[in-house]
Amino acid sequence: MLGVVRKKMLGQSLLKIRPAVSMLRSYSSAAKQMTVRDALNSALDEEMSADQKVFLMGEEVGEYQGAYKISKGLLEKYGPERVLDTPITEAGFAGIAVGAAYHGLKPVVEFMTFNFSMQAIDHIINSAAKSNYMSAGQMSVPIVFRGPNGAAAGVGAQHSQCYAAWYASCPGLKVLTPYSSEDARGLLKAAIRDPDPVVFLENELLYGESFSVSDEVLDSSFCLPIGKAKIERVGRDVTITAFSKMVGHALKAAEILEKDGIDAEVINLRSIRPLDRSTINASVRKTNRLITVEEGFPQHGVGAEICASVVEESFAYLDAPVERIAGADVPMPYAANLERLAVPQVEDIVRAVKRACYRSVPLAAAA
Amino acid sequence: MANWCRISSRTISNHVKTRVNQGLPWGAVGINQTSGLSSALNPGGPVSDGNWRYQNRLPVPRNRATLFCNQRFESTVAEKQRDSFLSSESDDDHQSVDFPGGKVSYISKMNFISESSQTRVPCYRVLDDDGELITDSDFQQVSKEVAVKMYSNMVSLQIMDTIFYEAQRQGRISFYLTSAGEEAINIASAAALTEQDIILPQYREPGVLLWRGFSLQEFADQCLGNKADYGKGRQMPIHYGSRKHNFFTISSPIATQLPQAAGIAYSLKMDNKKACVVSYIGDGGTSEGDFHAGLNFAAVVEAPVIFFCRNNGWAISTNVSEQFRSDGIVVKGRAYGIRSIRVDGNDALAVYSAVSAAREMAINEQRPILIEALTYRVGHHSTSDDSTKYRQLDEIVYWKNARDPVNRFRNWVQNCGWWSEQQETQLRNSVRKQLLEAIQVAEKTEKPPLSEMFSDVYDYPPTNLEEQENHLRETVRRHPDDYPADISV
Repeated sequence: MLGVVRKKMLGQSLLKIRPAVSMLRSYSSAAKQMTVRDALNSALDEEMSADQKVFLMGEEVGEYQGAYKISKGLLEKYGPERVLDTPITEAGFAGIAVGAAYHGLKPVVEFMTFNFSMQAIDHIINSAAKSNYMSAGQMSVPIVFRGPNGAAAGVGAQHSQCYAAWYASCPGLKVLTPYSSEDARGLLKAAIRDPDPVVFLENELLYGESFSVSDEVLDSSFCLPIGKAKIERVGRDVTITAFSKMVGHALKAAEILEKDGIDAEVINLRSIRPLDRSTINASVRKTNRLITVEEGFPQHGVGAEICASVVEESFAYLDAPVERIAGADVPMPYAANLERLAVPQVEDIVRAVKRACYRSVPLAAAA
Repeated sequence: MANWCRISSRTISNHVKTRVNQGLPWGAVGINQTSGLSSALNPGGPVSDGNWRYQNRLPVPRNRATLFCNQRFESTVAEKQRDSFLSSESDDDHQSVDFPGGKVSYISKMNFISESSQTRVPCYRVLDDDGELITDSDFQQVSKEVAVKMYSNMVSLQIMDTIFYEAQRQGRISFYLTSAGEEAINIASAAALTEQDIILPQYREPGVLLWRGFSLQEFADQCLGNKADYGKGRQMPIHYGSRKHNFFTISSPIATQLPQAAGIAYSLKMDNKKACVVSYIGDGGTSEGDFHAGLNFAAVVEAPVIFFCRNNGWAISTNVSEQFRSDGIVVKGRAYGIRSIRVDGNDALAVYSAVSAAREMAINEQRPILIEALTYRVGHHSTSDDSTKYRQLDEIVYWKNARDPVNRFRNWVQNCGWWSEQQETQLRNSVRKQLLEAIQVAEKTEKPPLSEMFSDVYDYPPTNLEEQENHLRETVRRHPDDYPADISV
């Protein structure tokens, strides 16, 4: 009971914080604007309409319209058999959803945040990810686990962890990290249609951000391929890889760097597993310098994997050591000033790029 | 104020009339002031002895005028009470209260519900310890054909366990786990189901697969992990799985199959299928969080699933007295709003009847059912365990001999004239021979090829795995001396 209150209030307090952080971002005044929230909602709506086996399940997804309003209007449209409000048991409803998937339904399971998915992680890994392999193809699990991931604003350590590296290390899962509305629509549709279990990591602070979308994106058959990264900004001098919210930071850093004559290439990974190693390596072979950016903890993070991949495949092309920018190696502090210091900022990316280009004083030897 | 006084006087007289007509305890002999006040201020109300409880009442004003005003003030409350009195249970004469979740009657005596009831929930059985039918028992009759098939399967299961266990001891397979003592649960529960019913086992239910036609060779192939294994050699022994038999692959983490079963049952419900899900769990597994989630959820979504708990007294070395403090598992059903029964797990006919009835209810009424089968784990937990280290040998021997479900059922089948000593010997010899052959054949069968190492991770092989596989093939090709000759690619 308390848990429900806690989570409800959380959702509401975050909704209040959101307007202060969201920024309107438009690349073309002619194209339509769509928030990430609406992108996800429309994707869910269209996939549920197209396939009767798709159904949504999670805490507050029905009557409450979704803790972050992602599932707004869906209960009304599809009824309680296809939009299920669950009791508070992540382990329970993840298990039930996996069972339903074993029998051919296509559940979309919402975790209020991926921090709570830790209570269900046995079902995600041992019941979902490994089942197709361990049953030798007899039990497939066409399930999607989605929800906000990573830091929000002022929510403390147990609500701010990024799980990209955790889930991406497990074979059998696919892990997607949308950034823009186009990503959100295309990747969620792809995830729902995919016969394998997919972990879909959204970002709460991005829900309210608007992006321009073309007519192609708005079409109900639109779908993005899983495992392909997108080059958001073409450049010559340095490659910056990022995913989710950090893509926005990387793009801003690139604008700042342009004034200093550094032309940065920004890669939006979109897919952490499978990782688009060929796009990353092709880019590094062109620019010869690499900075990886992520919100999560540095050790065993996504950047570590990218760095290893580049060293393995493109070592001779590197003109500078690869640098990883990640969250601070501490549980996320609550105080606003400390929280800001614990998460990568645009300035961190700018400084790191300059170091990679030997345009600044090198870092002192690591303590 | 004046108007209000008039109205309330009428209300009081109506109040009195109605109560007189209802013949309520405090009757028409004037509502004496004290009881009138009590009734208004202390809804603890009348109790069965007809007396008011006088605790917690306000001090009664002595001045008649103020008294009358107080009564008038309270009469609007009394009017509401009258309405609730008229609608409450008349046998208790208690008022009831609305809360989210519905009306409950209340009580002013403070009673804690006892942690255990005076008597344990009784256990349903049909055959006595000697296999004689108990008079006047309810049970589902079985035909000779079914009875003989049940008995033969129980014997086969027993022999299969013995031989595979020995094979592990000889180093021919890496691991095994027996169902000794639980043959009736395995076979009789399976016999009461149809092939469309979906099974989510724990790990001590291979008899269910045996009943459905999984051959001794197929069992051996899985234990030896060869290329004929439906699991493609990816799992340790006894982790059987067969889609065509509607038997979901055994998964090691305990109790995860319970919420999954609720999910599958929900899927059957959405498809309107005339089938149910049967999920098995041991006494130990009921301590897992998934037990709570699975049962609770199944009850809430009204899913057609049978939760079958094999309470065999031991979870490796943890005795049931250390596992829970409830009267077994059956009492937990009511906590979730699930209909439940406790059955003698060593009585094949009782298990058969209970599961048959449960299946009808689950499908026709679209509800979950909980069955607790009391039994005893005669064998060790697995080949990695020596249970004499934590329990008395006498106890094991007693259950193995005096309470053997196979002997018990054989007596009944023989008394029906459907089985003979000769058939017994023939069957046992035949099964033993088949098993020994099956193991030999399984041992000689090739192991799965290299291509099966990388398949099924995803629905469609991703490029990185294709690269890894090619890399490995290249390495094997270039260094054949480093790799066993019998690895087929």
